Amino acid sequence: MRDTQRTERIAFAVLLIATIIVIIPVGLIVLLVLWRGLPALTPEFLLAMPRDGMRAGGIFPAIVGTFYLTLGTAAFAIPFGILAAIYLNEYAGQNWLTRVIEIAIINLAGVPSIVYGLFGLGLFVTFLGFGASILAGSLTLSIMTLPVIITATREALSTVPRSFREVSFSLGASRWQTVRHVVLPNAIPGILTGTILGLSRAAGETAPILFTVAAFYLPRLPQSVYDQAMALPYHIYVLSTQVPNVSVKIQYGTVLALVLMVFLLNITASVIRAKFRKRKTW
Amino acid sequence: MSTKLQILKLDVWFETIHAVKNLDLEIKSNEILGIIGPSNSGKTSLLRTLNRLTELYPNSRTTGEILMDGENIFRQIDVQALRKRVGIVFALPLPLPLSIFDNIAYGPRLHGIKDKTKLAEIVEKSLKAAAIWDEVKDRLQTNAFKLSGGQQQRLCIARTLAVEPEVILYDEPCSGLDPISTLKVEEAMQELKKNYTQILVTNNVKQSARVSDRTAFFLMGELIELGETKQIFTVPRDKRTEDYITGRFG
Repeated sequence: MRDTQRTERIAFAVLLIATIIVIIPVGLIVLLVLWRGLPALTPEFLLAMPRDGMRAGGIFPAIVGTFYLTLGTAAFAIPFGILAAIYLNEYAGQNWLTRVIEIAIINLAGVPSIVYGLFGLGLFVTFLGFGASILAGSLTLSIMTLPVIITATREALSTVPRSFREVSFSLGASRWQTVRHVVLPNAIPGILTGTILGLSRAAGETAPILFTVAAFYLPRLPQSVYDQAMALPYHIYVLSTQVPNVSVKIQYGTVLALVLMVFLLNITASVIRAKFRKRKTW
Repeated sequence: MSTKLQILKLDVWFETIHAVKNLDLEIKSNEILGIIGPSNSGKTSLLRTLNRLTELYPNSRTTGEILMDGENIFRQIDVQALRKRVGIVFALPLPLPLSIFDNIAYGPRLHGIKDKTKLAEIVEKSLKAAAIWDEVKDRLQTNAFKLSGGQQQRLCIARTLAVEPEVILYDEPCSGLDPISTLKVEEAMQELKKNYTQILVTNNVKQSARVSDRTAFFLMGELIELGETKQIFTVPRDKRTEDYITGRFG
């Protein structure tokens, strides 16, 4: 009896410590970035063009660039991802084609991001002739984000009880009517949450945009989808390794801006989830 | 009475399980056919074959023929049209996560009815036919999950009626209900006899005795005996039927 209690206490302590260790890096990153970056975060810094070879001025074009890239990624990845997930979950039979697609998606999720960058360079920039552009960058990020969106959407679709589908079919509904009127309305919160989390991941990626869109120094806003653009993740890399004598304030300010953008997306996802959970009746 | 459904040499498999074995059965228009038998006797599989819901299970296989008004339901009738004509009420009340009104209107909307007054008429008529109108008429916009189990089940019957089927299948519709709700469902079924052919699968032998015109006894996927309900329950021909209805097994 003594022994079980002691083991129990040790197990509790070990598990708690392991969990707390997880929080430490996140907490330190946030604190450090806030402490060093917050003083830099003035409206002028956020809304001005960079000057003096990026050693002064603001980061407005990088913010706009990242915003456009996230928007472009959403435009490609969301429709294809959701439609593919609906196909796999609601239509596809259990056959070799389905299995091949599923294996492809799992492998796509495991490809290192620099490989996506090189693939985007080869396909979109060179072969299809889009050049280094927002279009090429968005497409590259989309391919990287697709497995995340497909997996999240499939999970959301699977949480809709099978009985709802049977009721719909039993009343003479077609497969699409069932998906449209019963499955999707009840899966939307999960789909939105997963999709936004996928996008927030894409917003922070550096490697896929390295060769496909990111401009080293471009103190103007992009004019079209065929334009290059600055982007926050790449700008951070440039500021910290490629340009000598950049003030720490500017470096951390840029990092904080990116972290805030990603946080904003994640918080949106949490709010949506919480709001729909309250309305859920089953 | 004319024949509504004619089942010929029907076999149903789920993977390696032979759920319905070489079944020949005739169902007459406007009758209530009770189907009794222990679990695993193929009752539910038969029901779900009649509106081809078994096809949702990728491992199911069906051979033989089922004719509705002389037409083969597997080859001559489109599956969606068939399910509209052959409605089903499931064992558990399964409302959709919608309002009471939208639950009933779901089927008619699928089949293209958009007019609001028309939909309201259908909803009222269906709820009245399922004997639940008086209990819900003042709160049609509340979520159907707020209703009690018995009310939900009558709502589901009303939802099935709303698409104006010809045949209604009941898969142990009262298994989760209290005796009063059960009585209300049974009364609704008697009322519906005028316009519908009904098949009632039930684990409750007494329910079949109360409600059905004819009763069929199934065992291990086989039809053991079929006859007028009175005959089955007073002078069963087969020893196994007698053992089952007197509660000696099952």
